[in-house]
Amino acid sequence: MTLLPRRRLLQALAAAPLAASGLRLHAAVAGTPRLLVVFLRGAYDATSLLVPVASPFYYEQRPNIALARPGSAPDAALPLTADWALHPAVGPALLPFYQRGELAFVPFAGTDDASRSHFETQDSIEMGQPLTGPRDFQSGFLNRLAQVLGTRDAIAFTDQLPLCLRGAQQVPNLVLSRLGRGGTDARQAGLINGMYAGTPLAGAVRDSFAVRDEALREINGAASGQPMAGGAMAAEMQAASRNVITARGFEGEARRIARLMRDRYRLGFVDEGGWDTHVGQGAATGTLANRLGELSQGLAAYADELGPAWRDSVVVVLSEFGRTFRENGNRGTDHGHGSVYWVLGGAVRGGRIAGEQVALAPATLFQNRDLPVLNEYRALLGGLFTRMYGLSPAQLATVFAGTAPTDLGLV
Amino acid sequence: MTAALHRRTLLTGASLGLLASALGLPGCATAPPATVPGPADAGDVALLNRLTWGVDSAGLAALQRQGRRGWLQAQLHPPARTVLSAAVQAQIDGLGLRQQPMPALLVAMEQRKRDAESLTDPAARQQATQAWQQAMNQLAADAASITLLHALHSPDQLREQMTWFWFNHFNVHQHKGNLRAMVGDYEAGLRQHALGRFSDLLIASATHAAMLRYLDNERNAANRLNENFARELMELHTLGVDGGYSQRDVQELARVLTGLGVAVGEPPALRPALAPLYVRQGATEFNPQRHDMGEKLVLGQRVSGRGWDEIIDQLLRLARHPATARHISRQLAVYLVADQPEPALVDRMAQAFTASDGDIATTLAAMVAAPSFAPSLGRKFKDPMHYVVSAVRLARDGQPVTDTAPMIGWLNRLGQGLYNRQTPDGYPLDSAPWTSSGQLATRFDIARSIGAGASGAGPATPPALALASGVARSAWWPTLGDATRAALDQAATPQAWNALLLSSPEFMAR
Repeated sequence: MTLLPRRRLLQALAAAPLAASGLRLHAAVAGTPRLLVVFLRGAYDATSLLVPVASPFYYEQRPNIALARPGSAPDAALPLTADWALHPAVGPALLPFYQRGELAFVPFAGTDDASRSHFETQDSIEMGQPLTGPRDFQSGFLNRLAQVLGTRDAIAFTDQLPLCLRGAQQVPNLVLSRLGRGGTDARQAGLINGMYAGTPLAGAVRDSFAVRDEALREINGAASGQPMAGGAMAAEMQAASRNVITARGFEGEARRIARLMRDRYRLGFVDEGGWDTHVGQGAATGTLANRLGELSQGLAAYADELGPAWRDSVVVVLSEFGRTFRENGNRGTDHGHGSVYWVLGGAVRGGRIAGEQVALAPATLFQNRDLPVLNEYRALLGGLFTRMYGLSPAQLATVFAGTAPTDLGLV
Repeated sequence: MTAALHRRTLLTGASLGLLASALGLPGCATAPPATVPGPADAGDVALLNRLTWGVDSAGLAALQRQGRRGWLQAQLHPPARTVLSAAVQAQIDGLGLRQQPMPALLVAMEQRKRDAESLTDPAARQQATQAWQQAMNQLAADAASITLLHALHSPDQLREQMTWFWFNHFNVHQHKGNLRAMVGDYEAGLRQHALGRFSDLLIASATHAAMLRYLDNERNAANRLNENFARELMELHTLGVDGGYSQRDVQELARVLTGLGVAVGEPPALRPALAPLYVRQGATEFNPQRHDMGEKLVLGQRVSGRGWDEIIDQLLRLARHPATARHISRQLAVYLVADQPEPALVDRMAQAFTASDGDIATTLAAMVAAPSFAPSLGRKFKDPMHYVVSAVRLARDGQPVTDTAPMIGWLNRLGQGLYNRQTPDGYPLDSAPWTSSGQLATRFDIARSIGAGASGAGPATPPALALASGVARSAWWPTLGDATRAALDQAATPQAWNALLLSSPEFMAR
């Protein structure tokens, strides 16, 4: 039943104060839930995030990098269920969401593409097309979702337009970690627009000026008159050098993303790198722990900055594949298969580990090496989108052709 | 999408017939040397725009002097050592990076780091560590300067484009370990073979400390396998992801590669029987004690454990594999012809590649001679490196750039910084990632800066470069469409005129 959650979301939205702004070019479509997709490029070690603490096999296979059983050490994993526990580095930021029922994890998630190539697999996930048959490298699943929703409110917070947002719909991109003022005046901008009139780039050129100007206004609080939570953007601007505001790590960037997603956009994408931990990934502390900690703080800041708008917002965190179940010879992990996806948001039915699962044992590993994929990502996201947006089967088939959605009741 | 290109392809198209026929004809090779070009021919401009880092007077004059065929031969077969102007060469020779060979530099920088970390006073330690970081950054910046000065000023322009291409193909990231002190040497090795044999490029890359550190092969040892390098070696560097290898092949190749790593200090103590197998080359070592001497099965062939020669043999085998010929040819065609090159073009290049034992000049000659090359001119959207370098070449028109820092910064802002791609796949070669609104916004900013004179000549830069009266006007004006001409006519200042030209759809294409 898809209408119910949609109604829930609409109610949530109605309860939220309308963010009125005379300066906005166009308001986001009211009633459409917000979706932010966070892509962890490099294949994060999901087994260290959602830790199978009930599995002796896990401790056997990861003698140096396993997280301690809950309660067994000060920096032990934090219990979620009898089988699963959370990496301690993300606990402070994420445990409250889980406890409020606003965060679900879907283990054994991923694609059937078993190339174990970062690039091949990222591309195939972002395209979201069937693995067999011809593929269109200029058609990503989020762009198709934007088309189906009829929204012009999609944006990538990346320095290039990612494959998943390429396609028929013109989608802008903007790097918020270093947002510059530009300096091209209105007259010159008009002349540049004129040079591109009627060319395939006309839309992107128009957006190049409009989106940035608007983002600066939103972020500076000029549009809404509300200063940014957790520190004034105005001060940030004053401290900026060379007209470029620098966000402090992912948390600062996430606050800006929230600022724009709250009032202006409904479909966002951002990616984070640095997950390819072949060597010395650490355990409760170390490289991976730092990265996870930073990510979790960013997501918490995103929710905080959204304020009441968090109620109709969903964040999906995904990665191209998981890593080997066993640690390698360098206290790291190599390219694997199944991953763990995160779904969080004010309307998420969380506080649980969702989807198909299997006990971890040599016989259940994929190719005796990796977590298997039991929750195929197109079916998983298809089910989520269907509930979020009330997509018809035909609309879903446009976003993910040839996929039967799996309804995990995530919203 | 051959994204960008607009109604003006029409105009470029008009000149293509000329170019197509002229490429097959002897050029005016007997014309006297000239530094000031004659009237620009649109076909010449289109060819320079594609096969060089951008049109300037010297490039145009060389092409006019040598004729298209002679010029192409000269570009495909440049002298072993590039001859730069005395001023540019002196600038390069003065860089800190050039003062000692890489292994000595690594030793010195490691010592400096240890010295800094051993200071007991916290403030002094922090200061010394920061100074070390800055010195490391400077080494990478020096390497970037050498690249940019070559791209801007080398007469051997195709070799420079190929040097960028190969670095990107065999990508390493400056911010892993001490790679900032290695990237300059790594790139110099690739430049040396940029138009030579692919197997030499592959060996130069796979046996360089920068690559071995970047893809963790220095950690790959018998019974402690790390398959990172083996996988990318097949997927990215040689066969391609559809090249027919399996997970098992990755693991077996990783076994072959065990023991190949990085070292600058004293050689390790070795068992006498293994000592003769030890190899040291630059900062690279092969340590037989870390090597898996067992038999392997790579791509269906038994490989006996022999050490260094075993590794080189497998690299040569990969370099000569038919899948490699196709993969490399396709990558070259995407970079130098079209986002979606015609299969016939790739086939033709792959045949030339195989027939010449992987000779890159031969492969590129086949590419230029292919029917789909000439019609493709002017239809490829510039990536940031092409955009920035071509804009500065046009603006400076041969005047040496004395400060490359602005260019380095622009490339970083555009997301294509030198040595700054974190992942081993290198920057994308197709247009789509570079045509988004955020990319264009940054380009228009940079066009404005360059148009106002900020292309890196130091304080003496004139406030507005006279793009409107130089080669920019003579070379570009005939290719501009009505909309761009109309916009230029309305420019309020010379700076605005410059910025508009550098922002125009025509200038975005190569």
